[in-house]
Amino acid sequence: MQTPARFDYERATSLQGAIASLKEHEDSRIIAGGHSLLPMMKLRLASPTRLIDINDLTDLQYIREEGDEIAIGALTRHVELLKSELLAEHFPLFKDAELVIADPVVRNRGTIGGSLCQADAAEDLSAVCAAVKATVVITGADGTRTVPMDQFHLGPWTTAVGEGEILTEVRIAKRPGGGSAHEKVERRAGDWAIAAASAAVWIDGGVITDAGIALSAVGLTTIDLTRAEELLRGQPPSEELFEQAGAIASEDCMPIPDSRGPVDYKRHLAGVLTKRALRKATARALS
Amino acid sequence: MTAVGDRPIGFGPLKRKEDARFIRGKGNYLDDIRLPGMVHMAILRSPFAHAKINSIDTSAALALPGVAAVITAKDLETLGLAWMPTISYDTQAVLAGDKVRFQGQEVAAVIAIDEYIARDALQLIDVDYEPLPAVVNARKALDEDAPLIRDDKDGQLDNLASPTWEAGDEESTDKAFAEADTIVSRDIIYPRCHPAPLETCGMIADFNPETGQLDLYNGNQAPHAHRTVYAHVAGLAEHMIRIKCNDIGGGFGNKVPVYPGYVCAIAGSIVAGVPVKWIEDRSENLMSTGFARDYIMKSDICAKDGKITGLRVDVIADHGAFDSTAQPTKFPAGFFHIVCGSYDLQASHVKVKAVYTNKAPGGVAYRCSFRITEAVYLVERMVEALALEMHIDPIDLRMQSFIGTEQFPYETTTGWTYDSGDYHKTMRVAMDIAGYEDLRQEQEEKRARGELMGIGISFFTEGVGAGPRKHMDILGLAMNDGADLRVHPSGKAVVSLSAQTQGQGHETTFAQIVAEELGIPPEDVEVRHGDTDKSPYGLGTYGSRSTPVSGAAVAVVSRKVRDKARAIAAQMLETRPEDLAWEKGRWYVKGDPSVGATIFDITERAYSGDSLPEGMEGGLDAQVIYDPPNLTYPYGAYIAVVDVDPETAHVTVRRFIAVDDCGVRINPMIVDGQIHGGLAEGVGIALMEVITFDEEGNCLNGSFMDYLIPTALECPDFELGATVTPCPHHPLGAKGVGESPNVGSPPAIVNAVIDALQPLGVNHVDMPCTPARVWAAMQGNAAPPQ
Ligand SMILES: Cc1cc2nc3c(=O)[nH]c(=O)nc-3n(C[C@H](O)[C@H](O)[C@H](O)COP(=O)(O)OP(=O)(O)OC[C@H]3O[C@@H](n4cnc5c(N)ncnc54)[C@H](O)[C@@H]3O)c2cc1C
Repeated sequence: MQTPARFDYERATSLQGAIASLKEHEDSRIIAGGHSLLPMMKLRLASPTRLIDINDLTDLQYIREEGDEIAIGALTRHVELLKSELLAEHFPLFKDAELVIADPVVRNRGTIGGSLCQADAAEDLSAVCAAVKATVVITGADGTRTVPMDQFHLGPWTTAVGEGEILTEVRIAKRPGGGSAHEKVERRAGDWAIAAASAAVWIDGGVITDAGIALSAVGLTTIDLTRAEELLRGQPPSEELFEQAGAIASEDCMPIPDSRGPVDYKRHLAGVLTKRALRKATARALS
Repeated sequence: MTAVGDRPIGFGPLKRKEDARFIRGKGNYLDDIRLPGMVHMAILRSPFAHAKINSIDTSAALALPGVAAVITAKDLETLGLAWMPTISYDTQAVLAGDKVRFQGQEVAAVIAIDEYIARDALQLIDVDYEPLPAVVNARKALDEDAPLIRDDKDGQLDNLASPTWEAGDEESTDKAFAEADTIVSRDIIYPRCHPAPLETCGMIADFNPETGQLDLYNGNQAPHAHRTVYAHVAGLAEHMIRIKCNDIGGGFGNKVPVYPGYVCAIAGSIVAGVPVKWIEDRSENLMSTGFARDYIMKSDICAKDGKITGLRVDVIADHGAFDSTAQPTKFPAGFFHIVCGSYDLQASHVKVKAVYTNKAPGGVAYRCSFRITEAVYLVERMVEALALEMHIDPIDLRMQSFIGTEQFPYETTTGWTYDSGDYHKTMRVAMDIAGYEDLRQEQEEKRARGELMGIGISFFTEGVGAGPRKHMDILGLAMNDGADLRVHPSGKAVVSLSAQTQGQGHETTFAQIVAEELGIPPEDVEVRHGDTDKSPYGLGTYGSRSTPVSGAAVAVVSRKVRDKARAIAAQMLETRPEDLAWEKGRWYVKGDPSVGATIFDITERAYSGDSLPEGMEGGLDAQVIYDPPNLTYPYGAYIAVVDVDPETAHVTVRRFIAVDDCGVRINPMIVDGQIHGGLAEGVGIALMEVITFDEEGNCLNGSFMDYLIPTALECPDFELGATVTPCPHHPLGAKGVGESPNVGSPPAIVNAVIDALQPLGVNHVDMPCTPARVWAAMQGNAAPPQ
């Protein structure tokens, strides 16, 4: 059996209580689904002194329309993202991603908040949220603040969530003419991506008015393909355009060689998946 | 088949008796066992692949509340337990004293009141290591400047683990090559992989200082042999040791060896006088226990007039830091020389050189009869390469070259005597199920559209069921197995076996054998195994030997009881034994079938106060030890169909057709289950499973995040078929089957991948066929795994 080092445990009964406890106890950590944190603790790669369990804060578990935005509570589980009709209608890339994230056991527990806060470059939802240009809501003792996805991940395993703060919500603006898709290649079902690409396009009058593309697992953090997004804006969608965006993806990603593959393959894959995600996102936008 | 309702009495597709507890989660595995006063052990392992140990300071660990003892090599030396023998006549450090020789090697053991404290204490042990250069690449292990790994062995001056071993005939092989019209050469690697049973290894050692009795709870594949080893290693009296296996969550060869952790747990219990539980975690299992394969092979194959004529193989075997390869004594490369496969060759020659490296020890037979997997992979890859070179269909080449039915028993060029087979027929059945011609047609159409579809063939012959005592022993112990059958007065029976099941369905299959032979319903036959106090001596379960050896023992012991029953029946029916005939469950008078005695009548009589034939003892029990006259030689034809994504290089196994001939099938449903499991493993080995190391010898696959085992999503709906060619020397005509699918499937899948990549001119890729490795091959950069 893999055993973690000694730690204290508390079950939060309110958001403010959890925040207060985080502040009070040095080296304490929030635990949500636990599917990233617990493995790290069992391998003794993380040894928090105290776990503050937020699983009872069901107020943070929802997917709903709020005006022209969709709001997702931080404690929303993968399985809920997978099954949400609202998301399927507006942002089908969530379902694309959730079908290939881990396995049902992990998806039943793992949360969107935990996925974003883990800030692992291979996390699929980070790319998904970046591509749809989500903003995240961070709550601390003094209230909430909002951070756009492209400023959320500060580096590997570091986020804009400060000491004594908790990520509480993800918000995505609904805009007309949108389509999105997530494409991933993995060594085996349930494995982390060798590379994955999330793409969203907004099309008006046969022209791409805006685009979001983000890559997982090919850099120290999620890679935002801003150069490719610029290329697409104002252009009518075409295979040739997607090829060019793919070429940019291959150039702009910064993969690290590991047992999933060498750098040249990952760059190649980033290109192929970007192209495929754009192709599918466009088809969805136009359908 | 006689039947009660829809239940067979005897052979047939009976649901597994053991599943009633398994599917309810009521199995009794090692970690379920809690003994009064039990303490827990954890093992400190080396972070380095090769390092001198200057000192070990255990004081801080000992000071942690809850820690009872810390054991190091020094302590074991005083008990004479610092080193232990391996199953290959090498020695292995139980705890490293002088230096560590692989990452993950056992350095110290902590005993504490719970497993958390034991593991906390590991972090408090201060070991002063002096890192040494590590030998990681087996090809460089014999270089002049390679650091010496085994300086503990007198006279060992290099990293050669065992002298070069040869089989076949070099001269006649050279001649076959000289006369050949086509020759193909390949470098082929069977990478290091791991059996990875879901239940890891562990033990509870319970030494009673008052009685001197040592009870060991330990799921292993050879309890009797282990007990003998402990008697030799620990100097304990063999009759005072009892090993109980209970339920085992998979073995696959990984639970054949004796591991240092077991010896530490035993030493801990002897010293502490209380039960000591040790269960390794997943990383420990993957990084330190018996790996499999790791064969680096160079091979040439040749053909003349459209038929395969010769094969040459030169192997470097990487045994890791200690040679604990599983194999019978006289076979230092196991049964690798069955590499001549299913073909009627003119000549063949095999050379195997084994080296030490700074990697975990092993070379266990992962669902394989001692290196047959490596052999089958090699020959089936080579045949495929030859067919490519000759521009002929790979099935045609095999059909041209198979050993003919009329040639059995067939003596191979490397000395095996194959028992029986009809290879052409089995191949044709597989082609029919696959719709082979249509598949080739579909492939042609897809190729024209730029799609990459591949069809891969593998035809394997195994030699399983080791083995005849005149040829085969392990550590001097004959590879025989006992069976003990007791038929109780009420007609219910208990059959005890030395072979312990790890999921193969023994409790059902062996009950069915008794049922078939005696007519007692299988639910009335209890199978006892895995407890050395309750079963006759035998060498255990591995190498597909359960049905070939223990199954034969059960058939023979049942027939012994049946013979005795005949004599009793003759007396009951007032006739002579030779005037009786047998139908399932009943002796009757020849010529007057209405007059007879059932096995239940006879049993009652055997235990009653009524008279028995002159000189006969009461009761209806019997015991045998079975010595197989030869191995059994199951075979099969496998066809894999794969699709390769032309852009991402991701491989999907779309179809898998497996036609096995394992002789007579006792429980065809269990056979199918075994084949499904082994095929899934084959998919894993072919596509994703590998243990690799970096240049410093750090293991890169120490968890299931990095050592991938396949899921249902990677496995197609397996399409099975069967032919039945009985084994002529097995009492039931049965051959082993447990390992066939693991042995036969990887080459089919790899051949299919290479077939798919033909439009790109790719003629080789090593396993595992991960997207990255296949893509490299597509770019013309196929490289072996490191
Ligand atoms: C076998 C396996 C396979 C996986 N495969 C994939 C995959 O293919 N793709 C993928 O994207 N993911 C994968 N995952 C990860 C999975 O998605 C996790 O569920 C997710 O990474 C973390 O979510 P969690 O709720 O479990 O977080 P936890 O493990 O509970 O927490 C993770 C981190 O986030 C912090 N945290 C959690 N919630 C908050 C919050 N609201 N505010 C601030 N900090 C917070 C925690 O303190 C911790 O540091 C896999 C996991 C496993 C075990």
